[in-house]
Amino acid sequence: MNRREAWRARALGLLALALMLAPLSLLWTVFGDGIGVLDWQFLLAEPEQAGRSGGIGPIIVSTALVLLICMSLAVPLGLGTALFLVEQVRPEGRLNLTLQWALDGLGAVPSVVFGLFGYRLFVVELGWGYSLLAGGCTLACMVLPLFIRGCEQALRDCPQSYRQAAAGLAISRVGYLRRILLPFAAPGIAAALVLSAGRALAETAVLLFTAGYVMRWPESLFDSGRTLAVHIYDLAMNVSGGSPASAATALVLLGFALVIQLLAWQIGKRPLSFAR
Amino acid sequence: MISRNLIALACTTLLLSACAPQDKQTITVSGSSTIAPLMAEIGKRFEAQHPDVRVDVQAGGSSRGLQDARSGLAAIGMVSRSLNPDEQDLSPFIIAQDGIAMIVHASNPLDDISSEQVVALYSGRLSDWSDLGGAAGQVVKVHKAEGRSTLELFLKHFKLDNAEVHPDLVIGDNQQGIKSVAGNPHAIGYVSIGTAEYEVNLGAPIKLLALDGQPASTAALLAGQYPLQRELNLVVKGDPDANTQALLAFAQSSEVADLVEQHAFIPAP
Amino acid sequence: MSSSTPLSLRPNLDWLLRAASLGCALTAAVVLLLILLFLTQASWPLLQQPASLLGTTWQPSTGQFGLQAMLGSSLLSSLLALLLAVPAGLLVSIWLIFYAPRAVARVYGGMLGLMASIPSVVYGLWGLVVLVPLLGAWMPPGASLLAAGIVLALMILPLLMVQADVALRESARRHLPAALCLGVSSWSAIRRVLLPAAWPRLWPAILLQLGRALGETMAVLMVAGNVVQWPGSPFAPVRTLTANIALEMSYATGPHLQALYLSGWLLLVLALLLMALARIYGSRT
Repeated sequence: MNRREAWRARALGLLALALMLAPLSLLWTVFGDGIGVLDWQFLLAEPEQAGRSGGIGPIIVSTALVLLICMSLAVPLGLGTALFLVEQVRPEGRLNLTLQWALDGLGAVPSVVFGLFGYRLFVVELGWGYSLLAGGCTLACMVLPLFIRGCEQALRDCPQSYRQAAAGLAISRVGYLRRILLPFAAPGIAAALVLSAGRALAETAVLLFTAGYVMRWPESLFDSGRTLAVHIYDLAMNVSGGSPASAATALVLLGFALVIQLLAWQIGKRPLSFAR
Repeated sequence: MISRNLIALACTTLLLSACAPQDKQTITVSGSSTIAPLMAEIGKRFEAQHPDVRVDVQAGGSSRGLQDARSGLAAIGMVSRSLNPDEQDLSPFIIAQDGIAMIVHASNPLDDISSEQVVALYSGRLSDWSDLGGAAGQVVKVHKAEGRSTLELFLKHFKLDNAEVHPDLVIGDNQQGIKSVAGNPHAIGYVSIGTAEYEVNLGAPIKLLALDGQPASTAALLAGQYPLQRELNLVVKGDPDANTQALLAFAQSSEVADLVEQHAFIPAP
Repeated sequence: MSSSTPLSLRPNLDWLLRAASLGCALTAAVVLLLILLFLTQASWPLLQQPASLLGTTWQPSTGQFGLQAMLGSSLLSSLLALLLAVPAGLLVSIWLIFYAPRAVARVYGGMLGLMASIPSVVYGLWGLVVLVPLLGAWMPPGASLLAAGIVLALMILPLLMVQADVALRESARRHLPAALCLGVSSWSAIRRVLLPAAWPRLWPAILLQLGRALGETMAVLMVAGNVVQWPGSPFAPVRTLTANIALEMSYATGPHLQALYLSGWLLLVLALLLMALARIYGSRT
């Protein structure tokens, strides 16, 4: 019996290892191909020869701008919605159920459909053309459900006893929110923000239709610009000899994604303190 | 508290200032992926001479160039063929001559191919490299997606119907075709001669096959002997404004002849 | 607002807060509605004649917009991904919970977390540069249904394993002591007691990941070959609905564009259906 168990354990362990081969190979390839190209010059310079040489400076700036637009739209909207769900709505009520379904539905929409929607609404109907603004707004729609979920979780974690104590002290709703609930939930909200930013960072299809392909330094939010993910795609698919630069860009993107994951993990773990 | 508000204020100001529309004129050029890299370089040079103008180049295929020029989404369309009789509402400006070559991986022993072989390959009658005189191996046929003039010219010249073709890989831009063939020793495809030569000069492991005995090079194009030739055109609708006209004249002038040759096209006379 | 704020101000602010948060919530909910509306409106003319969309030929230049082959390819590639990911994911989850040494399990869990944060376009890059040539050396052309299935499976694996982990641990908590007391061996306990008990809780996760695989664009676009056809074998190149939209969006007009919006509408409806199924199933267990 024991030997059979041991044999089974070993077989399963081998399967687990085999499964890990693919992502390990991915990291190995990206690292191996890209590390030769990656240096400070690469991060700061403009792309040349369609991206084969030069760097990704403008692309990093475009990515940062798109993320900024996305989060500055998603955070107020998302936080407001989460507050509404937690504070103003009964858990069993019909309004709550409808909203939950709507949010779940929004979370299930494929990214390419968001791209189509963003193209139709922001690029064509509103006339913004291929722009960072259109890309950021569409991304905001996309990360909204994720962010709302995270905020909701963080807000609901606050014990009811705090709310009752606040009521007992005749503190208004707004006061309770500002002084007790939000500071308490702040780490969770920050973690949700960071995770949503990570999701937005990795998105490609949405931006192909809304922010365009242009590789120059963006001068306004109505400019077209490509993000890191779009650049990786273009270099890998279309540019002969672009694979090393693509891998280097992928390394940069992975680096950012890793930093975001670690940040979210760290913030989420922070001990709850009522910092003023 | 105060510092938080200050930061919020700073961010808002930054965002709002970035929202201000720019005062430069943007000329959008869209269309053929054959012309796009050349046009991007021409555009950069034009921008250096005209600081108040920006030239944005987008690929997407010749049919997109026609559409965008017609609808006004682009000031100039790039079309890598001569205009059809039903496209006379647009005015063409020829900037270069080019051809379409069959390409294979550099390790392929084949050096030339005949029209009959191309037709047989793409309609599925031949499927192994040994049928063509090479080492055994299944041929991986790379084909262009619809809306590309390279596809239209290919089908027209070899008298194929797109429905008869059963490709193994469908690609969009020329560059994607070259990358696909460069990545697969068994692949064969067809792309613009200029693009192919440009990429070979940059080190792409592909080679151009001679078609029906005629080598696929700019020399053969110049001599007028290569069978698959085509024009590279910029099209506009109606009367373009001063800056666009300047760009068109610039693109046709001898000032950019070196760029055209660098991309391995033949400058227009 | 402290207790020193005059009483007359407080109810107004509360009301303001209520109105503001209601506004936010409505905006968020309205987005989904807007998406549905826009897509339906954009594809309306074609939606009214569904017959033309059921054909197999996709040739926009001749006005043929048959979505059948691409819908089939989308479904096949996602199902293939599930076929690869679910058994493997379950087995490795079992290994992680019951057989792996503590430290190894923690490292493995960390690696899985890393896997989950890799963007889809990087998976596509790896697929293009490593997987497709590998498959091509085995069975040309390499860019195929199988390549798409493998890449999709890798992408849905981490989240599936998280769900499997939760379900298996819960099931173990409930049933394992009893099973072991009855003298059942570990493996039989897992196979005959835990797995069947955990299975109902896994369905919602599987359905959700199916939805995710159906909606994946970039990775599939880069490795599937993009030929519109029903695949005769796993090694044949295919084009999914998502890849089609991404490829042709830049130059489609008129009925062609409508057909693309329609395929987006189809994807949306499918994804919503799967999500609804997952939710209903999840609430039943």
